[in-house]
Amino acid sequence: MKSLFNPINHSPQNDIDRVERIAEPNSAYTLGPLESGSPCCDPEPILSIKNLSLHYAEKMALDNVSLDIYQGCITALIGPSGCGKTSFLSALNRLTDMIASCRVSGEISFNNINVFDSALNVQHLRRDIGMIFQKPVPFPLSIRRNIELPLREHGMHRQTELDERVKQVLNDVGLWQEVKHRLNSPAQALSGGQQQRLCIARALALKPKILLMDEPCSALDPISSGVVEDLIQSLRGLYTVVIVTHNLAQARRIANYAGFFWVKDRAGSLIEFGKCQQIFEAPQHELTAAYINGSRG
Amino acid sequence: MLKNKLATLLIYLVAVLITVTFICILADIIIHGFSQISWGYLTESPSDAGRAGGIAPIIVSTALIVFLAIIIAAPLGLATAILLTEFAQQKTIFAGFVERCLDVLASVPSIVFGLFGNAFFSLYLGLGFSILSGGLTLACMVLPILIRTAVEGLRATPDDYRFSAAALGITRTTALVHLLLPTAMPAIVAGLILGIGRAMAETAALIFTSGYVDRMPDSVFDSGRSLSIHIYDLSMNVAGGDSKAHAAALVLIVMLLIINAISMGLAKHWQKNRIISNEIII
Amino acid sequence: MSLSRTDQHLVVGLRLCALLVASIVLLVFLFLLTESWPILNHISWSRFFTDHSWHPVQGFYNITPMLSATLLTTLGALILATPLGIASALFSRYYAPSFVATWYRRLIELLAGIPSVVYGFWGLTTLAPLIANLHPPGVSLFTAILVLALMILPTIALTVEAALISVPNAYHSGAVALGMSRWSMIIAIVLPAAQSGIVSGIMLGASRAIGETMAVLMVAGNVVQHPHSVFDSVRTLTANIALEMAYAMGDHRAALFVSGLALMIMVLGFISLAELFKWKSSYA
Repeated sequence: MKSLFNPINHSPQNDIDRVERIAEPNSAYTLGPLESGSPCCDPEPILSIKNLSLHYAEKMALDNVSLDIYQGCITALIGPSGCGKTSFLSALNRLTDMIASCRVSGEISFNNINVFDSALNVQHLRRDIGMIFQKPVPFPLSIRRNIELPLREHGMHRQTELDERVKQVLNDVGLWQEVKHRLNSPAQALSGGQQQRLCIARALALKPKILLMDEPCSALDPISSGVVEDLIQSLRGLYTVVIVTHNLAQARRIANYAGFFWVKDRAGSLIEFGKCQQIFEAPQHELTAAYINGSRG
Repeated sequence: MLKNKLATLLIYLVAVLITVTFICILADIIIHGFSQISWGYLTESPSDAGRAGGIAPIIVSTALIVFLAIIIAAPLGLATAILLTEFAQQKTIFAGFVERCLDVLASVPSIVFGLFGNAFFSLYLGLGFSILSGGLTLACMVLPILIRTAVEGLRATPDDYRFSAAALGITRTTALVHLLLPTAMPAIVAGLILGIGRAMAETAALIFTSGYVDRMPDSVFDSGRSLSIHIYDLSMNVAGGDSKAHAAALVLIVMLLIINAISMGLAKHWQKNRIISNEIII
Repeated sequence: MSLSRTDQHLVVGLRLCALLVASIVLLVFLFLLTESWPILNHISWSRFFTDHSWHPVQGFYNITPMLSATLLTTLGALILATPLGIASALFSRYYAPSFVATWYRRLIELLAGIPSVVYGFWGLTTLAPLIANLHPPGVSLFTAILVLALMILPTIALTVEAALISVPNAYHSGAVALGMSRWSMIIAIVLPAAQSGIVSGIMLGASRAIGETMAVLMVAGNVVQHPHSVFDSVRTLTANIALEMAYAMGDHRAALFVSGLALMIMVLGFISLAELFKWKSSYA
């Protein structure tokens, strides 16, 4: 049994990792390029998070989180409720700005742009970093207008162009056949799974680079959940996906990378980050192992 | 156990007492007023200080005063409500100040509004005794109601819309216009209707702002007598005016009932067709 | 907060509107003060309490009879309407079958919307003659109290009911599970839990009663005097303004604005009391 308190870098079983990490310029806080997982993954960091801390009023929700999100990969964030995973996601597209009591410190760079730059146009940032919520939130509009509203907001006004984009993204999420005859009917009449796919389509319509997903399947029935999961699988390589999930099996099925969050000193922190396979099969940290095995959390 | 039974009995008695009293009031006005109401009463001008003739100019003046009050107060109220709900989650000093001012405004007695309207609109701004002065005074009076209902309506809209819209890079303005305001519309309209009812019922604030003149107004700069002032004048200052006052009171109550019914009907309609009505608005 | 250009423009517009709304309150106070300044400037404010009568044309400005009338009518109306209002709220929340409760609530809402001039008119034509049979002249402090109580009853009933609704259901289901009777459950659990809502309802009723003009004007008789019995005619501050504004000039007019100011101060006193109570009960 290896020492569970050893930092990952010094773990004797990980010689290959160590060699690669030394070759990697960002080795101080990343785990290096992808080894397992789907071949489309490009081991280039698109988002670099350094020392991210987050407070709600006086309460600390996230403590000093640093990690890289790799382009084209699916990164799963796992851990028990209330350990700051959702807060972490919201910081990435600065949705935390919406919460008055929320203060964020640290650095996030997205394609070498400082996300916290006060001169940055957040509307553009959020167009590039889309987000899907746990509960599907179709707007109280028609299916078509749900997708058109953000497109118009970002300057697409020609109806032919809009129609084409609507059809394309609905096709991408596998909804086109189901709704093509009722594009003008209320989106809120769709089933839960269809609503969630519509929300994904709505985000994809803006051609984002990154898609943040906050437990996108947990409010859905098992069948819809499967459909949405397949959809997420199909986004691999085309988009960078960061997904928060409580479903360990799901994380294991779809993710290339996984990060494990836990509440430490009353604040959420990142305990371990690594390739999905490594996190699930050879966790380096005691807590990760306990959580994966189901003895904690 | 005896105490429990006694209390039950007393509470039922109170409810019956209240119901009976109010039915008496309504019946009194309906019975005495109904015999006076005719088509002529609604379409003719009053004569002999209101003892004879009808109330046509008075209905017109009332409608004008209420219309002006709402038209002036609604945009201001909506804007303030939006500021307080959508752009002041952080309890800014300014928002706190505005809220405090609204609390005070809501508690200003109507006769004090009358004094203020007389001093400010009628004399200082030189509008004199006019429908416009009265409308402006009532606008100040109904503002707190409009703002409170609109704030409640906006607060009741799901935060999910705000976050989802923001996550799509939609500006707050667009989210407001296309998502939040349509969703809050039933509450906003209910507030408007409540405000109309309050404005129509008001008397004290109008006596020294819109005046007593019972002729048909030529413009909003003319003095005009509201229905409530007409009732007051007939019963207090005109000997033998009681029967016509009953009729005027009945007309006023029926108008208020109609407004009430409209608001209830709208609320039901919106509950049923919320999504479709949003489509129409957009 | 991060706002786009459009949002920033919108916020500026909204701020201007809100500023205008807030400035109305300041304007109200400003005009009350400037209009009452002529008299406050050259007579001492104590004369409003020590002059031997209210004869403003002759230069006597004792407002205490009106003050006492305002306070007595308000107090009387509160004493009558508070228990009735609370009982009415209890009825529609805990006693009435749901169908009856719906209609009863609708009735109360309707009553809250009936114009005060209509209440006054009814008091004058129906209630006053009845009371005159009992004890002439009929238009009196007593009649005013009755009519005011009727008027503020719906206000109190609706506010108290809102407070009762906010008492968590678990409280009374817990009490029922303990085998408590309905009345002991109300006394021991519901009313204490709804306390601050009940107080704010009473304060709301009080400020409405103080500021009420038309109904009191029509049924109180409007004689400037300290009443010796409840059947004496009285004139409240509000009625005095409504009666005399039409012909008041100079210092007389200013004196009426002073009484308006006095009304405002009383109403603000009530609001602050309610606030204080709320604050105390939430930090106790």
